[in-house]
Amino acid sequence: MKKSSFMQKILNAPYMLWSVLFIVAPLIMVIYYAFTDATGAFTLDNISQIGDYTSTFILSISYGAVATVICLIIAYPFAYFLAQTKASFQRVATMLVMLPMWMSFLIRTYSWITILGESGVINSFLGIFGIEPLKMLNTAGAVILGMVYNFLPYMILPLYTVLSKMDNSLVEAAQDLGCNKFYCLRKIIFPLSVPGIASGVTMVFVPSVSTFYITQKLGGGQITLIGDVIEGQFQTAYNYNLGAALSLVLMVMILICLGVLNYFTDSDDDGGVLI
Amino acid sequence: MTKTSPLSKFYLALVFVFLYAPMIVTMVFSFNGTESTYIFDGFSLQWYEKLFRDKATMDALKNTIILAVVSATIATVLGTMAAVGINLMRNKYVKSSVMTVTNIPMMNPEIVTGISMMLLFVFAGVMFNKKDVLGFWTILIAHVTFQLPYVILSVLPKLRQTDNRIFEAAQDLGCHPVKAFFKVVFPAILPGIIAGAIMAFTLSLDDFIISYFTNGPDFQTLPIHIFSMTKKRVKPDMYALSTLIFAAMFVLLILMNMAQSRSDKKQRRKQKEGNE
Repeated sequence: MKKSSFMQKILNAPYMLWSVLFIVAPLIMVIYYAFTDATGAFTLDNISQIGDYTSTFILSISYGAVATVICLIIAYPFAYFLAQTKASFQRVATMLVMLPMWMSFLIRTYSWITILGESGVINSFLGIFGIEPLKMLNTAGAVILGMVYNFLPYMILPLYTVLSKMDNSLVEAAQDLGCNKFYCLRKIIFPLSVPGIASGVTMVFVPSVSTFYITQKLGGGQITLIGDVIEGQFQTAYNYNLGAALSLVLMVMILICLGVLNYFTDSDDDGGVLI
Repeated sequence: MTKTSPLSKFYLALVFVFLYAPMIVTMVFSFNGTESTYIFDGFSLQWYEKLFRDKATMDALKNTIILAVVSATIATVLGTMAAVGINLMRNKYVKSSVMTVTNIPMMNPEIVTGISMMLLFVFAGVMFNKKDVLGFWTILIAHVTFQLPYVILSVLPKLRQTDNRIFEAAQDLGCHPVKAFFKVVFPAILPGIIAGAIMAFTLSLDDFIISYFTNGPDFQTLPIHIFSMTKKRVKPDMYALSTLIFAAMFVLLILMNMAQSRSDKKQRRKQKEGNE
């Protein structure tokens, strides 16, 4: 026993050191910068300035929420149908769902400009029928589309994992007892898939709320979300202190959202459903 | 197994079209004869040729691969050690607080992880009076940090499945603990280690947001290079690059799939033999 606890200390030491230095310390830095000014003196100016960005925060959360709900609506039937196909097809299909996640998300987002643009693929197609070009780029819809497109696999995979592992005999039992299809979905399948929904929602909501590239490219600078503001503070305005304060608020807000989600779904697995 | 209706098949196909539409568009326009990314005009391979001649892109590609290999190696070793250590922990509170810290980089928005590390490096730079701290080392540290939880979380379940009594038995029979670990535990958790390493490697290849805040001017990765390219009007050479990345990932995926199904088969055969 003694020996193993000594071994355990040796094994853990490098990681403990690493996580204190590069996980905990950076977060302390965010707090430090948020409460100091450029000279390093204590101030509450940055925090009080955050009030000016309230509408941006609300807008970001709304965009993130809409994108998450759309992802869920698209992904749930997809995962459900996929879980009922042949095993060999399921394997290929999950690979195909994962594949886009490994490709540069910048290029994938950018290429939507080619599809949605004024002289893009869709408008050229509509032009054949003499339909006036639609304005699709640089709209709220384009930004939402970008979010849904980019993060859809993160919703599909945890849902699929849960639905494919579900014990089918429960569904059969319910049907034997006279449960109709819809009721069965509501009373059996849906409650069993809640952990998958929770981790899918988390994995879509967090990056959607904090994105900046999608809004820049597909929103054309017309729509500013909190990610854009933070990115601007660090890469163009060089106001690290305000940027840190905004990040701190973003982080706390997301933690609250996730806390609420966890409260309602009450999933007690560690770390959610990993891909 | 219930039968899949044609309607559900159609739905599956529709979602796949949505997921792959941009890829198909980039693929088509990468062969464009002109500079346009809107109008297809004649087939040519000129953009591929241009891409291979472009030194900045090739440098960025080289940097990306170096970074991915080095960071994934460090994260895999460190993460595996940490997972074994965490698994041995007896104190519940220490264990759960370590797991909470481990989860932070996964739960935090990437932009916050990126800027928090940037602030740390800038702060350290001011403290040690060093200018231009951001560079290879900072981006390496950042990549290892965000990969670690993925490695740990893919090794830990394998460790839990491993019967600790075998490890103890090996030691009782006079095996040195280190040797016992490599003879008994290591082979059992190897699939988890490999899965973690692959995940770490691919995450590093594709990471943009965290790299964006922690990279320096003299060490640009491919995503960073792509980002600066998409700031201007994009030419089809970018789409050629995307198509090549797609092809590479596709091949990688097929290889992984083959390896997976082979190991599955092996396991099944083993089980069968065990039953007989």
